[in-house]
Amino acid sequence: MMNTSSPYVIETQDLNVFYGDFHAVKNVQLRIEKHKITALIGPSGCGKSTVLRCFNRMNDFIPTARIQGRVLFHGKNIYDPDVDPVQVRRRIGMVFQKPNPFPKSIYDNVAWGAKINGFRGDLDQLVEESLRRAALWDEVKDKLDANGYSLSGGQQQRLCIARALAVKPEVILMDEPTSALDPIASLRIEELMVQLAEEYTIIVVTHNMQQAARVSDYTAFFTVDEHRTGYLEEFGPTPEIFTTPKSRITEDYITGRFG
Amino acid sequence: MTRERSAPEIHESLRKRPRWGETVIHGLLLVFAGLSIVTTLGIVLVLFSQALHFFARPEVSLARFLTESQWQPQIGHFGILVLINATLLTSLIAMVVALPTGLAIAIYLSEYASHRTRSILKPILEVLAGIPTVVYGYFALTFMTPLLQRLLGRDVVEVFNVASAGMVIGILILPLITSMAEDALSAVPYALREAAYGLGATRLETALKVVTPAAMSGLIAAFVVAISRAIGETMIVAIAAGAGPRNFKSWREALHHLALFNPFKGAETMTGHIVRISGGDISYESIDYDSLFAIGLTLFLITLLLNILSRRIVRRYREVY
Amino acid sequence: MMSDFPEGQELEQFIKRRRQKGLIWRSLFLLATTLGVLVLMVLLLTILNKTLGYVAVRYRMEPDELVVALYRTIMLDASQTQTLANPADLTRGLAADPDGVGIMARADFEATGQGLRVVPITDLSLQGVVVVVSEANTWLTDLTSLELMRLFTIATTWSELRPEWPQRPIHRWLPPASSPALHAFIAQVYGEDPRTQPTEALVAMLAMHLSPGAMRQIMAEKPLSARTHEDFYQLLVDRVMEPTILETWSFSESILNRKAIQARVAAMPDARLEFRRWITWDFITSPQSSRPEFAGVRTAILGSLWVVFITLLFAIPVGIGAAIYLEEYGSGGWLDQLIESNINNLAGVPSIIYGMLGLAVFVRALEPLTSGSLFGLVDPATSNGRTVLSAGLTLGLLILPLIIINAREAIRAVPQAFREASLGLGATQWQTIWSHVLPNALPGILTGSILAISRAFGETAPLVVVGASTAIFLDPHGPFSKFTVLPIQIYQWTSRPQAAFQNLAAAAIIVLLALLLVMNGLAVYLRHKYRRTY
Repeated sequence: MMNTSSPYVIETQDLNVFYGDFHAVKNVQLRIEKHKITALIGPSGCGKSTVLRCFNRMNDFIPTARIQGRVLFHGKNIYDPDVDPVQVRRRIGMVFQKPNPFPKSIYDNVAWGAKINGFRGDLDQLVEESLRRAALWDEVKDKLDANGYSLSGGQQQRLCIARALAVKPEVILMDEPTSALDPIASLRIEELMVQLAEEYTIIVVTHNMQQAARVSDYTAFFTVDEHRTGYLEEFGPTPEIFTTPKSRITEDYITGRFG
Repeated sequence: MTRERSAPEIHESLRKRPRWGETVIHGLLLVFAGLSIVTTLGIVLVLFSQALHFFARPEVSLARFLTESQWQPQIGHFGILVLINATLLTSLIAMVVALPTGLAIAIYLSEYASHRTRSILKPILEVLAGIPTVVYGYFALTFMTPLLQRLLGRDVVEVFNVASAGMVIGILILPLITSMAEDALSAVPYALREAAYGLGATRLETALKVVTPAAMSGLIAAFVVAISRAIGETMIVAIAAGAGPRNFKSWREALHHLALFNPFKGAETMTGHIVRISGGDISYESIDYDSLFAIGLTLFLITLLLNILSRRIVRRYREVY
Repeated sequence: MMSDFPEGQELEQFIKRRRQKGLIWRSLFLLATTLGVLVLMVLLLTILNKTLGYVAVRYRMEPDELVVALYRTIMLDASQTQTLANPADLTRGLAADPDGVGIMARADFEATGQGLRVVPITDLSLQGVVVVVSEANTWLTDLTSLELMRLFTIATTWSELRPEWPQRPIHRWLPPASSPALHAFIAQVYGEDPRTQPTEALVAMLAMHLSPGAMRQIMAEKPLSARTHEDFYQLLVDRVMEPTILETWSFSESILNRKAIQARVAAMPDARLEFRRWITWDFITSPQSSRPEFAGVRTAILGSLWVVFITLLFAIPVGIGAAIYLEEYGSGGWLDQLIESNINNLAGVPSIIYGMLGLAVFVRALEPLTSGSLFGLVDPATSNGRTVLSAGLTLGLLILPLIIINAREAIRAVPQAFREASLGLGATQWQTIWSHVLPNALPGILTGSILAISRAFGETAPLVVVGASTAIFLDPHGPFSKFTVLPIQIYQWTSRPQAAFQNLAAAAIIVLLALLLVMNGLAVYLRHKYRRTY
């Protein structure tokens, strides 16, 4: 299925998002490179989460949301009428802000997504592999039957990552995955992200600039104009954005003058 | 300018004084709240004492009460099982009607319906819930029974029959199940649905395999409350289910062709019997009067048990999200 | 990389299956929902369907016959009137009388009417009967229906009708009393329905058909001058027409099987087919009656209002008080917890159990109190505790948990900051509750209370057990009266075998639902009007 030679997995073209009459995000042009970590940063209300949710059509569930422009996944616009959003989400997984395991056993949490997607292989092996990749296996291997909610917050978030990995996605979207966690748990997730980038393409929304600087290869800086419409101010390799930003606004933001 | 007050004066002003008004009000409100306990005690006391009266009669025994196959106190038959059987039959039919329908409506409302649709449908359910039960009784007798007779034949379906009463009880408890089930489903955090969608689940897979299991304790509680309501329902069965207990000479006869469980024949339930007997002019000294309280006690204990059970379920299996 | 997930062609199939499954289930959910809405509509339609429709009625004296008999008498008794059985005789006599005017069947006129001409009626087209004058008559070229009515009754000379006409007496030539022509004339000119007749005509009809003794008795009950048109009409129905409903049909049957119904009623001796609205003002204002033709719900409505009034008086203050205690004073100790779980249990007790409690406690144990004998207020119609008071208190206990639960929710919704602000100003706890908590919680409490009251209004089973009487013909007039209530009235009518009572039950259900709708509407309005602003 990875039959394209283009290094870009996801590409947006003139992406605009509206909530009813409200123009939330304006003219976003982004290229997400394969097996890299791309961080979306910016002040609150700049639309970075909205853009992230456009990548796997999670905005479909907001009745007033409307999308203009194109989001290309391997060159195919995922908003084309012949595209099944369910399949999009299976290829482009997501990890949410607050850990949200299902109220099921740890095993079932990981296995469920694979089951509904028609997995025929060895489930036990898949669960173990996914938990290992999420760096959770050693902590839970003796209590796979325990409820997902019996874990600590950081473990829950890694369980959610394992759950996402089990359906073998290509891209993993992470929406402020560490904002509900303590600093130590956050650090473990960050390490995990770097490991995962060897096999997966990761897009992460974060409000934490140090995190973006530490883990990401590319950074997209979003901000809002006077009409409260979000737009992409600057996009480039992370070191450039943090050391030699082209834009004055980016510089002000990363040096903590606003935001 | 006020005069500056001395320390002793200030100390004096802070001294605690009795506030009789406050105390009286506090006491009165406590009495009001305590009235609920008095009510419960009253119910228990009345039911037990009168039922004791009943069992103290020389011709009555607990064994006969629990084993006989007919209920005719005037001629010395006290088999409560025929009444309980009718109650269970109507309630079972009601649940068969209401449980799948109610759950399906609840899932539709909470997982599929748009905000607008919900805002139209929920008041309709509230209207259904607000209609007095006597109206449902009328509906059972003048609509459901003729309908069943037309579908299955007059020789199969009697004018008073358990099926039509049971089905209409099902309609009666439908709004109850629906709204309780919908509450339980809506209480499942949106994050769980997002997680499922994020894994590539369809709406149905999310609804049936994530949301419904997560809401299970609330759903079971809704069912138990609905069963308890169906068992206690009175007017529908009084009007449509039958004008006399379905008595049998022996249990052998009762089980012949499963006559005991035939839903298309009349049978009087516990509540229906109480209403019919107490509706006439009943003498306080008669065995009929005493027997009503024995039935009432049985009914009370069954519903109490179910209510306690439902709250246990909710508390025990309260979900952690 | 070898994948364990379906790919390519297989994936297409897999997705298709999942989609199909989703669609099927979705349709099932939608179907169930539609079914729920449909049931409500069928329920309402079933009931409405029974409140309108054909009835087969047998009258002792048919209404049109009543009207015809009156005017026939008046016409035949008018001055200068002669009746002739043979149309030829009438033609001959009238043709020779220029001051005469006559009535004859159109067929007779066409067969024998030489020397006569027909007078056209300007605002009425008579069927099968004609007004005729001699060809020698020069002035009578047209008549209005009003002039026609006077012409054959109270007018004596022609000039009384129009000043330009001659001042000579009117000579009236009529067919005999039994002739169909006269019947047709009266029915078309004076009408057939007693209800539309002037009050004087109704009195005259009563006087015609009742004995002088019976008339005196009616006048003794209430002088004629104090009675309204409607009173006289009711008297006529009750005492003279005396209808009996033989069979009834629902609205849908009346529309769909009209022909069959007409044929069936035509075959019944002395039966008439009428279209009847069962919900009428009479139905709402008439007292209970054992005859379905005259039965109304006034007694039951008044009974319901009295019972609910007592319920309200008892349950609202106690319920709100208990809620205040639990929310504001309760410390969560064992007693408070006991009360709380107890209230939840009580809310789940079947209503009929409350009826048994009421029977044992209010009706029997507290009989001196509830029958009023303790106060020397025994109602002559009662001799026991089966009174409005017992019923009201029973329902009060029944809805108490509901009121408490609702009121607690309303009180809990008042922000803690209000209480702190008040206590911080040195107010006592009760002052805080009275001036800050209660006023803010009031809309919520009211809404909940109205809903609880409407529950009490529709409650039937416990009141049957407490002993609402089966037949009450006197309006309840106080807490110690015997009573019946609307739902019990419906229950009784539903249980009667005669078809007409089913229609009455349907009509009473509509009245009950309308009253409940008003109450619920009020609750919705209050909730909307006092929507919280904090």
